[in-house]
Amino acid sequence: MFEGVPLQWFLVTGTIMFFVGIYGFLVRKNLITILMSIELILNSVNINFVAFNKILYPGHLEGMFFTIFVIAVAAAETSVAIAIIINIYRRIVNIDVEKMNEMKY
Amino acid sequence: MTTNQLMFVIFSAVIIIFSILTVTSRRILRAATYLLFVLVATAGLYFLLQFNFLAAIQLTLYVGGIVVLIIFSILLTSHLGDKLEAPGWKKTVPALFVAVFGAVMCTITILQYNFPMEVITGSDRTKIREISYSLVSTEKFGYALPFEVISILLLASMIGAIILAKKRKD
Repeated sequence: MFEGVPLQWFLVTGTIMFFVGIYGFLVRKNLITILMSIELILNSVNINFVAFNKILYPGHLEGMFFTIFVIAVAAAETSVAIAIIINIYRRIVNIDVEKMNEMKY
Repeated sequence: MTTNQLMFVIFSAVIIIFSILTVTSRRILRAATYLLFVLVATAGLYFLLQFNFLAAIQLTLYVGGIVVLIIFSILLTSHLGDKLEAPGWKKTVPALFVAVFGAVMCTITILQYNFPMEVITGSDRTKIREISYSLVSTEKFGYALPFEVISILLLASMIGAIILAKKRKD
């Protein structure tokens, strides 16, 4: 039995992490740092799912499965994104978002 | 303050501090290392909530897979001595406004909402057997279809990544 920590503490932690990720997504220019901000956002959502599952519905497993699927989607997204980043770096030897102003040359 | 609360405060402080450092650090490899700390502390939260299987997945897949992939791509694409240029205030101020405003709004909403606190008691510790049965069962609370869909997605993204990163002959 898990006791002692209120649900709100988990939610507030997740919220702060989510908006820190949003800030990084808006401010950063390097593509890899933008990717890291996206990882932060996905991870904060996972914390919320798990906390809801454990504290409000113990004995169920839905939140855990959602978290597993989110982690799998994040892995897929990261692999494709890094392939794209390496491809872009090969073309223009730079991975700043502001240098990328054409889709096809 | 109980042990659970103390552990939660430690993990949560690590998460918040290092996530802020992740988005503000100007050396990209350090940012990746801070991201590693954030993910490990999240795995600690999962252990605290007694989701052992999920914490193991988090450690192997996120920390062992994604962060290593990110560090490899950093080493491939940027020079280590370089510092990222600092973002100008024209970008920082609106983004900071959005982040702080959203965080404050959500926090106020969360703290005002009273969640139903009568706890449903049930079998609490999740067993690996239960997890694996419901991952492939097609009945109620079964996750066979998402499981298959996610496996196809992983296969597709793997092939896509290989084809995208392959050297073209031209």
